[in-house]
Amino acid sequence: MQASDIQALLDEPACRHNAKEKSGCARPKPGATAGGCSFDGAQIALLPIADVAHIVHGPIACSGNSWDNRGTRSSGPTLYRLGLTTDLSETDVVMGRSEKRLFHAIKQAIDTYHPAAVFVYATCVTALVGDDLEAVCKAASARWGVPVIPIDAAGFYGTKNLGNRLAGEAMLKYVIGTAEPRPAPPHPAGIPTYDVSLIGEYNIAGEFWNVAPLFDELGLRILGTLSGDARFHEVQTLHRARVSMVVCAKALLNVARKLEARYGIPFFEGSFYGVKDTSAALRDFARLIGDPDLMERTEALIAREEAKAEATLAPWRARLAGKRVLLYTGGVKSWSIVSALQDLGMTVVATGTKKSTEEDKARIRELMGEDAKMIEDGSPKALLSIYKEYRADILIAGGRNLYTALKARIPFLDINQEREFGYAGYVGMAELARQLALSIESPVWPAVRAPAPWARPHASGNVLSA
Amino acid sequence: MAELIKSNKALAVNPLKVSQPLGAALAFLGVNRALPLMHGAQGCTAFGKVFFVRHFREPIPLQTTAMDPIASIMGADDNIIEALATLAQKSQPDVIGLVTTGLSETQGTDIARAIKTFRAAHPEYADLTVVPVNTPDFLGCLETGFALAVDALIATLVPETAHAGRRPKQVNVLASAMLTPGDVEAIKAWIEAFGLRPLVLPDLADSLDGHLIPAEFASLTIGGTPRNEIASMGESVATLVIGASLAKAADRLKARTGVPDYRFTGLMGLAACDAFTQTLAEISGQPVPAQLERQRAQLQDAMVDSHFMLGFARLALAADPDLLAMFAPFLAGMGAEIVAAVTPIRAESLAALDIGRISIGDLEDLEHHARRHAAQLLLTNSHGAETARRLGLPLLRIGFPQYDLVGGYARAWVGYRGSRQALFDLANILQSAHHDTQVYRSLYRQDSPHAAGAAAGADRAH
Repeated sequence: MQASDIQALLDEPACRHNAKEKSGCARPKPGATAGGCSFDGAQIALLPIADVAHIVHGPIACSGNSWDNRGTRSSGPTLYRLGLTTDLSETDVVMGRSEKRLFHAIKQAIDTYHPAAVFVYATCVTALVGDDLEAVCKAASARWGVPVIPIDAAGFYGTKNLGNRLAGEAMLKYVIGTAEPRPAPPHPAGIPTYDVSLIGEYNIAGEFWNVAPLFDELGLRILGTLSGDARFHEVQTLHRARVSMVVCAKALLNVARKLEARYGIPFFEGSFYGVKDTSAALRDFARLIGDPDLMERTEALIAREEAKAEATLAPWRARLAGKRVLLYTGGVKSWSIVSALQDLGMTVVATGTKKSTEEDKARIRELMGEDAKMIEDGSPKALLSIYKEYRADILIAGGRNLYTALKARIPFLDINQEREFGYAGYVGMAELARQLALSIESPVWPAVRAPAPWARPHASGNVLSA
Repeated sequence: MAELIKSNKALAVNPLKVSQPLGAALAFLGVNRALPLMHGAQGCTAFGKVFFVRHFREPIPLQTTAMDPIASIMGADDNIIEALATLAQKSQPDVIGLVTTGLSETQGTDIARAIKTFRAAHPEYADLTVVPVNTPDFLGCLETGFALAVDALIATLVPETAHAGRRPKQVNVLASAMLTPGDVEAIKAWIEAFGLRPLVLPDLADSLDGHLIPAEFASLTIGGTPRNEIASMGESVATLVIGASLAKAADRLKARTGVPDYRFTGLMGLAACDAFTQTLAEISGQPVPAQLERQRAQLQDAMVDSHFMLGFARLALAADPDLLAMFAPFLAGMGAEIVAAVTPIRAESLAALDIGRISIGDLEDLEHHARRHAAQLLLTNSHGAETARRLGLPLLRIGFPQYDLVGGYARAWVGYRGSRQALFDLANILQSAHHDTQVYRSLYRQDSPHAAGAAAGADRAH
């Protein structure tokens, strides 16, 4: 990976905030950085492609410490759940045997698992010793007749976000446009089929399956996603979509932009969290496709689904109304979840913006007002002090902050990719409401906050200093 | 406030109830060098023996008066006398628990008179204590039979005295049938942590904890509360009563000795454990040991960790009243909902529970209510395994009997640590039964759902 290539990716023209003088993404700050590396980001972006053998080329740490911990789900093949790594030894590294080992590893994966394709992920060590991933992949591909794709996103290249983009670039360079879609089977209702794609949708906990039936009903064929419940062949055909939707903030915006530039595919940004946003996303598809009949059917479907959701959510609203939420998450979720929580009658007292773009922030102001409290410092200490200051009732954040909350004896909801519950779509809102009520209303809080009968009253329930 | 509703069925299907004589026998199994003697047909004893052998995986000393047709009609006092004499001569027990059954109660036996006759006929066995207890099969359940036996032990062995507190470190514990040997062990350690000496009646932890002994064979219990110690209960500084079923026995002990008592319905969950700890601190005048404070903090941590899984969890619970009354508030305190509760007999103590309705019935009732109210997990004895299978639900085994589980008797449910482990287990069961969003396959999908790279991988045809 050339430094100039990385710089180009950090300078994403579709990011509106990029008009300012100091452009591009900021560099991570030593000693004050949390969050994953580029390798992590690349895995998050691509691992959900279910029929691919994902080989991590490096010593054990990169795969060994992270495999099988992602919440993404497949409706078919489960090959993506295998942890595959070259597990390089000291000898491999010192004696320069790692490329050879990789070549054999690819063969073994193909022989044993017959994958639709093999993705080979570079890691810090193999990038540093200068393994030529591209050459090995090319040779392996030629030798065994299976696409072998190099994903050059070693950890030290930068942040998780950059890794997402590098992964997207690899798809653009090696995969998208390498096959044509099969003709769609006729729709049972006799309506026309339009091909669309989703960029940055990861089907966490299978949550997209809450929404997928609506696409089928409207005659929207999801040609492919990057990358929830996707197959290799589907990703190959993404260049034939009529419209693409960017689901998770900026992570794969580069892919959508280049699909637009190269193939003229219009895209929009949206979210499936919350009733309003789900409706808006469906409307945007109809609008960009421009079929009046589709628009009409979409409105009818929205009216029906919103009425259903309203009925399901009414009892939860009564329980959750007026409850105060401290939201600390990254990117698109900093505003898409706000809208979902407001749908439930809750008040979001503050939201994290560390990983949000200027545009995300503009959306937050739109939703929460000009004075919206935006949290840049996500340290446990800062979060807890804001929690107290703003008299919040629950902290919603990623799994990393779970124990920050629990140790401080405060209710919590996990919103990130390791979670086990799907919140997307009209149906997902009820699950979100249920999980919120479950933690907020739990009787364990008064029990663990009260001092022991024999203790002096101030001993327990203090904020832990981190 | 729970509404107790008796099932109207003529037929009990998949019974939850275990009979009173077994409960009484169990209590005597917690007394040292003792032997329960069931006054009934030999089958009463045989079934009881198998029941306990399978649960505890231990040889169980249990004898019978072996009533035959003639004795059943003409009177069976001779059977009692003969049995007592034979056992006294053969095994020299300290205590024989003489337990009646449905047969002998229907016959109208007078065991007190039979014992008197035995005493007159066999002065040579004056050293043997015989504790009579009336436990007809057609009343109560295991727990009440157990409680009656504890009451009878006190009535027989604790003299009327006014020496309360003469042994300032000794604390009596009346331990209900809901407590496993593992529970009793934990309670003893809890008390000892305050520098006190627990005297548990009955002490199943000392007899049925499952330990190998040098002797290859024992015809009596190999541990339990020693007879002479029971006699000293009147000199203790306090009595801790665990389980509402022991109220009558506790009343008797207090009336006889004046030893102040402290009563607990259960020892699971933070509040219940705190109340017990607080009582021990007051009795001993000692501060709460650091080790207990730590265990308390560990339980609190487990509570917050597991509330995600237990919150709103829909649980079905079937057990004898004491065990039900211990588990229900513990589970409700985690945010779980008891959607089905079944107990075999009416017990007034249950009315105070915060459960909508409690059915007095059997495992069929449990199955019915669990299905109707969409329970996610069953908590009951091993007989619930088939019920759980039919419902497609996981089962956590509690109570009697646990014949398909090794070591169920050794498990400690009570105390900060026992409660914590129970939370872990419940959370793990619920978590592994958690269902993801139902898989949806688009009508446009053209790949086979079972194709490329199912984890087995290699078997795919090319």
